[in-house]
Amino acid sequence: MLRVGPGLAADFIFCPVVRSFSLQYLCLETMDSCDTPESTPRQRASSRLKDYFIGATPLQKRLESVRRQTSFVPTPPRRKIPQCSQLQEDVDPQKVAFLLHKQWTLYSLTPLYKFSYTNLKEYSKLLGAFIAAEKQKGLAVEVGEDFNIKVIFSALLGMKGTQRDPEAFLVQILSKSQLPSENREGKVLWTGWFCCIFGDSLLETVSEDFTCLPLFLANGAETNTAMIGTWFQKTFDCYFSPLAINAYNLSWMAAMWTACKMDHYMATTEFLWSVPCSPQRLDISYAIHPEDAKALWDSVHKTPGEVTQEEVDLFMDCLYSHFHRHFKIHLSATRLVRVSTSVASAHTDGKIKILCHKYLIGVLAYLTELAIFQIE
Amino acid sequence: MRRARPAHLNPGGGVGTLEALGTRRVLGPTKTSRSKDKTLEKHLKTVENVAWKNGLAPEGIDVLLNVALSGKFGSAVSTQILKCMIPATLISEDSVVKAVSWLCVGRCSGNTKVLFYRWLVAMFDFIDHKEQINLLYGFFFASLQDDALCPYVCHLLYLLTKKENVKPFRVRKLLDLQAKMGMQPHLQALLSLYKFFAPALISVSLPVRRKIYFKNSENLWKTALLAVRQRNQRPSPEPLKLMLGPANARPVKRKWNSHSVIPVLNSSSCSKECGKKGMSLSDYLSSNGSFPLEQLKSFPQLLQNIHCLELPSQMGAVLNNSLLLHYINCVKDESVLLRLYHWLSQTLQEECIWYKVDNYEHGKEFTNFLDTIIRAECFLQEGFYSCEAFMYKSLPLWDGLCCRSQFLQLVSWIPFSSFSEVKPLLFDHLAQLFFTSTIYFKCSVLQSLKELLQNWLLCLSVDIHVKPVMNSPLETTLGGSMNSVSELIRYVGWLSTTAMRLESNSTFLLHFILDFYEKVCDVYISYNLPLVVLFPPGIFYSALLSLDSSILNQLCYIMHRYRTNLTAAKKNELVQKTKSEFNFSNKTYQEFNHYLTAMVGCLWTSKPFQKGLYIDPEVLEKAGVAQYKSSLNLVYHPALLSYAASFLLQEWPEERTVNLSSIRGKKWNWYLDYLFSEGFQGLKLFIRSSIHRSSVP
Repeated sequence: MLRVGPGLAADFIFCPVVRSFSLQYLCLETMDSCDTPESTPRQRASSRLKDYFIGATPLQKRLESVRRQTSFVPTPPRRKIPQCSQLQEDVDPQKVAFLLHKQWTLYSLTPLYKFSYTNLKEYSKLLGAFIAAEKQKGLAVEVGEDFNIKVIFSALLGMKGTQRDPEAFLVQILSKSQLPSENREGKVLWTGWFCCIFGDSLLETVSEDFTCLPLFLANGAETNTAMIGTWFQKTFDCYFSPLAINAYNLSWMAAMWTACKMDHYMATTEFLWSVPCSPQRLDISYAIHPEDAKALWDSVHKTPGEVTQEEVDLFMDCLYSHFHRHFKIHLSATRLVRVSTSVASAHTDGKIKILCHKYLIGVLAYLTELAIFQIE
Repeated sequence: MRRARPAHLNPGGGVGTLEALGTRRVLGPTKTSRSKDKTLEKHLKTVENVAWKNGLAPEGIDVLLNVALSGKFGSAVSTQILKCMIPATLISEDSVVKAVSWLCVGRCSGNTKVLFYRWLVAMFDFIDHKEQINLLYGFFFASLQDDALCPYVCHLLYLLTKKENVKPFRVRKLLDLQAKMGMQPHLQALLSLYKFFAPALISVSLPVRRKIYFKNSENLWKTALLAVRQRNQRPSPEPLKLMLGPANARPVKRKWNSHSVIPVLNSSSCSKECGKKGMSLSDYLSSNGSFPLEQLKSFPQLLQNIHCLELPSQMGAVLNNSLLLHYINCVKDESVLLRLYHWLSQTLQEECIWYKVDNYEHGKEFTNFLDTIIRAECFLQEGFYSCEAFMYKSLPLWDGLCCRSQFLQLVSWIPFSSFSEVKPLLFDHLAQLFFTSTIYFKCSVLQSLKELLQNWLLCLSVDIHVKPVMNSPLETTLGGSMNSVSELIRYVGWLSTTAMRLESNSTFLLHFILDFYEKVCDVYISYNLPLVVLFPPGIFYSALLSLDSSILNQLCYIMHRYRTNLTAAKKNELVQKTKSEFNFSNKTYQEFNHYLTAMVGCLWTSKPFQKGLYIDPEVLEKAGVAQYKSSLNLVYHPALLSYAASFLLQEWPEERTVNLSSIRGKKWNWYLDYLFSEGFQGLKLFIRSSIHRSSVP
């Protein structure tokens, strides 16, 4: 069943029989080997920093926030398990369905300067003209003219974590069919959306001229993303950077998404590790029945409603040692590149697919956090 | 003959070649032999190489256009020349006008004409002016009748047409052509442009749907155009490798469609105007009221229009524009600075080469980018917060080699802030590199820390005199600020002491350390700031007992300045009478006096280390220096011994033995004068200020 050789992915599924005894064993095994660091003494300094906030300008607030980010543990050692939030209920279910089950490429985005939600129509026209102009270089293009493509800006109402979060919005590029048939709205060429879920730490450091939507998700040809991104960068003086997810954050995702309560599971829980060896790299795929994964999680999970760093490490360690016991391979020495669960799947390249609409906000909150970390 | 010789030649090389071509042009095809063809080919090859590598100067293009369009060497050579007419930066309008005049003579083939028009379209943006060319509009328009030329001439006219060029007779002619040739995309393009300028003149309906109007004329020169654009964007023209092949696919993608890291200067018309309904292209073109940045060329212009200046759509563009840096310097708008902050932080992070495992090919680009930032910081005399934030993240990953000079310059521009807060983020990481790197790295770090200190002091001394201290943003009191500076100085003292031990008291290193203290000792007087910090003993004694006379001299100078500063401080205290927060503690004075005693003991009274130093007499006996007490002064000091000897040899050449102990009394004074004449100015100042000359030993 397991074939570990260059270029071949080792694929196997846990037998349910293994579940009961192995978990207990794993837990015992990892109890003494757990040595996660306690919160660092540096955190004590935070009260002193507060003094500097008094009368500080946004720029200094930014710098202070960067200092905090850099000097403390990079990410907080505990997070909430994603919950079904109330705000989500006024989201248009059709739009949510549109966002699910698609692969999105992630970008972080610095605050947009002088962006206004009342101008979405004008932006559609301008962006449309810009794309047309880019496609036929050197020719004059008039704003508002009729092109082969159509750009639609629309707000994603309710897609936010708190009331302070700015409204998310969606940009779609549609091709117009050449024939004036009834189906004039052609197929969607490109989609991208901007959002900010629980972005308080960023919001407090900018002035009102800016709109903070640090997370940008795109689906479509990269040339289109580049063109549209360029327009945004030129128009709102912002900056897009690809948002990669490192192995550390992937394991957090694995733990948090496994912890989510599901009515029924849609997919197996699967991990992909990569061994950088030549001439071809070796991928190890590790698939677990989602209920087994949940059972493992429940056995390491102590704090109700929260996930701690200690638990994440323990969860991963259990998986590692189980794998080692069977295959004598130390996964901890390889690199985690992909995590898929019934909630969502994420790749280290910065690609994400969200499957479960119930935890959409929760997934986006963590991604927003990563995006904010990148732009600090 | 002489008329034909080009007076100016292209700087990139191929001088002889151009001359040869120029001469041959006059000689003409009358004498064509095989060997001549060979040399011509060789010369053409050289021109081609230079053109594709560095581009041709305007004068070179002028000469070559003449050669190509005169058609003297036949169509093939003309084609070859036209294909490599790549400007280094710009093309002069005159050359184009001259070239067009050759077209009237009818000496070049149809193919050459086509190629010339394609070239003109491709290079249109690099022609320095277009007024003269626009005067030839009628001529170009007449060329539309030539079927082969028509598409390219259309494209040229499309680029050239202004509103005043649209005339009823031209519209009629175009419509005639269209009737004759059918719906040609290039004619449609020109017509639609005419219709845009003068809707009343054209009643025919044109298809709304756009398609590609023109065949891409740029194809032949695509990579070259990119290179020229890049050259023109850079502040300093530099040799540039052409972007060839698919190897560069990824970085282009990474940077999306901008050619350089720093965005091009554009007025921010879009985001401001798009709120208004019904804006059209002509509204954009004729918008008045604010002053467009593209026209900003001089400082007086900036002053006149500073109230109505349109800010760039991407704030990063200011880095390349010194006039806008002036503006940034005095603007109070926080959002301007925030925009710059965000852009700069992200760009630094994205471009930083040591974040990428396999991307060292962009090293040069990143170095240039850092250089631009540093230039801007020097210009503003102020560091950017984004650079500081960038250093927090990147310093722990830095290898100490990559862009070393730039990175250390960034260190010296860290904006003033609380040292204790910055220390764990920056200086602790820097210290790790400092201790594990070569002596040259240590010296560079000390140098940039000296500059950092200087920048902080300048910033504080201006701050104190401009605004009341209480409003200072980061530190609430002057005391706090002074505290931060003194912490920096003590930190450098610690670094220096350890480095001296690691580098076994290297004189070279000590020079850099003393350079730092030359700044430190003068803070009170030079910057008018209440701060005197002395050097640590490890530095003082190493310098005092150094074998190098220039070190000793520098030490004397520093001690002299310390004395002057401390005396001035004492005087001010006495004048003010009131106990202010900044009275120096007695400890500083005691410390100074202690050093002073040691120095005078070692250099003057031959009584070194009277207090606080005990050496077992037995050890001294063994070393043969039981009389050590009398053997350390200006004569016997290891750094000065050779001066004492040459002094004796010079003054009493007839003496058979050099008797150093004879330097006393009057001779001592002569010896001193001898030393001063040898350039020991620091020593002179020190002795004048610190030693009462009555006490001749």
